[in-house]
Amino acid sequence: MSNAVLSVRGAGKFFPGVKALEDVDFDLEAGEIHALLGENGAGKSTLIKVITGVHPRDAGAVLLDGQEIHPQHPGDAQGLGISTVYQEVNLVPTLSVAENLMLERQTRKFGLISWKKTEADAKAALDTLGLDIDVNRPLGSYSVAIQQLVAIARAVALDAKVLILDEPTASLDGEEIQTLFRIMRELRDKGLGIVFVTHFLDQVYAVTDRITVLRNGRLVGTFVTRELAQIDLINHMLGRELAEVSAHRHQDEGSYNGPARQIQIKNLGKKRVLEPVSLDLKAGEIVGLAGLLGSGRTELSELVFGTQRADSGLVFLDGEPVMLRSPRHAIRSGFGLCPEDRKQDGIVAELSVRENIVLALQGRRGWLRPIPRAEQQQFADDMIKALGIATPDSEKPVGQLSGGNQQKVILARWLVSKPILLILDEPTRGIDVGAHADIIKLIKELCDEGLALLVASSELEEIVAFADRVAVMRDREKVSELVGAEITQDNIIAAIAR
Amino acid sequence: MKINERFYPILATLAVLVLLYGYGIFEHRAFSDTYVLGALLTDNAFLIITAVGMTFVILSGGIDLSVGSMIAFIGVLMAELVTGFGMHPVLAALISLIVGSAFGAFMGVIIAKFDIQPFIITLAGMFFLRGICFLINLDSVPIDHPFVAAFSGFKVPLPGRGWLTASALLMLATVIGGVVIAHYTRFGRNVYAIGGDRHSAELLGIPVHSTIIRVYTLSGFFSALSGVVFAFYTASAYPLAAVGVELDAIAAVVIGGTLLTGGMGFVLGTFFGGIIMGVIQTLIAFDGSLNSWWTKIMIGALLFGFIVLQRLITRSFSGMRAGAT
Repeated sequence: MSNAVLSVRGAGKFFPGVKALEDVDFDLEAGEIHALLGENGAGKSTLIKVITGVHPRDAGAVLLDGQEIHPQHPGDAQGLGISTVYQEVNLVPTLSVAENLMLERQTRKFGLISWKKTEADAKAALDTLGLDIDVNRPLGSYSVAIQQLVAIARAVALDAKVLILDEPTASLDGEEIQTLFRIMRELRDKGLGIVFVTHFLDQVYAVTDRITVLRNGRLVGTFVTRELAQIDLINHMLGRELAEVSAHRHQDEGSYNGPARQIQIKNLGKKRVLEPVSLDLKAGEIVGLAGLLGSGRTELSELVFGTQRADSGLVFLDGEPVMLRSPRHAIRSGFGLCPEDRKQDGIVAELSVRENIVLALQGRRGWLRPIPRAEQQQFADDMIKALGIATPDSEKPVGQLSGGNQQKVILARWLVSKPILLILDEPTRGIDVGAHADIIKLIKELCDEGLALLVASSELEEIVAFADRVAVMRDREKVSELVGAEITQDNIIAAIAR
Repeated sequence: MKINERFYPILATLAVLVLLYGYGIFEHRAFSDTYVLGALLTDNAFLIITAVGMTFVILSGGIDLSVGSMIAFIGVLMAELVTGFGMHPVLAALISLIVGSAFGAFMGVIIAKFDIQPFIITLAGMFFLRGICFLINLDSVPIDHPFVAAFSGFKVPLPGRGWLTASALLMLATVIGGVVIAHYTRFGRNVYAIGGDRHSAELLGIPVHSTIIRVYTLSGFFSALSGVVFAFYTASAYPLAAVGVELDAIAAVVIGGTLLTGGMGFVLGTFFGGIIMGVIQTLIAFDGSLNSWWTKIMIGALLFGFIVLQRLITRSFSGMRAGAT
């Protein structure tokens, strides 16, 4: 494309053990709205961070108006004309709207700020977006939608050529989204290049001109929105090629023959978070949770584990209702969760491998009955051997291990506490290929030992490979349940797209 | 028109001041005399000057525990320069201001460059300066100089029986200077932005490090100025002077309506906060039957009230609205 305002050529970004971005090309033309799509971990945010200078790139080039640029931090990129508006608005809530717009650019007279002129300038900047609000009130007193528009106004006032909107609609309601879209179109018609990151596909079709899809840090392709059917788009985001047939786990419902423990989720839901969902699980069974980002996968896991409190429905264990007021209750009832965000919610980075492993068991026993050190050591050593955790010894802080090994430590933590139901949210996210296979193998073994497993994943291949049953989520609702031979990537994609 | 949320805390501060002062006038006839006002401004001058510097620190989201020790240190330094070296007090004051600012800048550099909790660095500064005091001088020493005598004798009469002393005038000038810096310079606004949301401030292109260094330099300057005023006012220096003043200054800032977490507040509020603390003290002195510790109890109660009030105001802000309901 000749009139590309922003071009990325062969961009690469590597973190220890993970190729977050590899050989990605991306072209943004002046006067277009370009959707950047992909699941969590596909590389969307990494690409944006490389463009805006949050991360230095490890390979490739970023060109603005044909000139290669090397922004060192977001301020640099802003100076060059690339402004970013994030979902969590990066303005100062305690300052007035006017000040947020004019920080570091206030009009001065004799070295002192002229508030009259500064406020007039701020009003003018908001006028370009058709926004009429009191600029003297603190920004935080306005809704997130208004705050976002203020952030856009600031970006536009800074003579941006490229405007990156990172999940701007996630916390807006329908009307606010329409306002945002109107402003996006106006800015596009003025010749701005807009990158729009979202996981709402209908919004992609409503407002964008072209779509670029990333998957696993690689470019899948760039498409003209009008010419791409939704089912093809989902295919590009989630699956491999349709024809590909994956190995199935039809081992006649697994090889477990122990007591048949039953977990029934009945109409579990929460307002604005998840429509009531019902799902049955039993010991020795793996149930997959499929769906796009934001479809309610993670939310269902969190409701079952008590991280979020459900306001409707119940969970029954062997016919008895389970109290799920908090994760503590859930753990006492024999539930475990390996969360999606390992670093944030999973490991305690400063504690050793041993301490992390005994954490849940200790929590369940209560702090008044400490586990003897020798016993802890036994647990840790057993688990390091059984799961093949690559660590020199059990006293190394978990934060220093690789992602795959951290995940194994979390699995080990639940294994020693012998849960009945283990929920795995994106168990293989950000894990290199070798450890990936290990984790999948482990999941199958756990199942054979008689655990009930609920596995949420955006990797269809993976779900197809190990699930006995698959619940498909869309728009915070369960839309379909597939069993046995029905479990194919095609069927799952069809259920999501329907 | 709706009152801007930003003014709620300072309006609360003003209301408290008016109530307390009104109560004083109602209970004791003498309270309405300008004599009381003059004494309030003089007696609290050094505290309010320190608190103005502290306001900037707290607005930036930090804290400065070294200011009390700084006041004592500057006093001892002044005594040494004037009495020991025979220097003119004005020259000694200038040197003191430079030394104080430099020490503030030093702490600021460590806080900014090494990204360390200001609490711990200024705590170190507090011990360090207090220790240095004793290195120079172990006892209370007078600062004898005609200029010092002239300074403490200088008075501008007020209508009624009251008067403004040189300390009070310097303090008022400091407050005005603080207001101008806070509200009419980019540096001042950047301090608010950093205290409001440091991460965002960085993304908005604000020079965070240099601003933080300047904040602690400013606090060093103001506490040194406070030390100079204190030395002139008392015409003496004592290594154990101004113990705990850092906490009084923080209290004045918070009662003045500045958000303890930073980002919101007014220098003028700090002035009112300092005066409120003085009024409480005066009221208890006027009463005569109450123990002076009641001052602390009252200030403690006010602090509880103001901190809860601030929390309620910031909680109404959106951005934190997700997760509710």
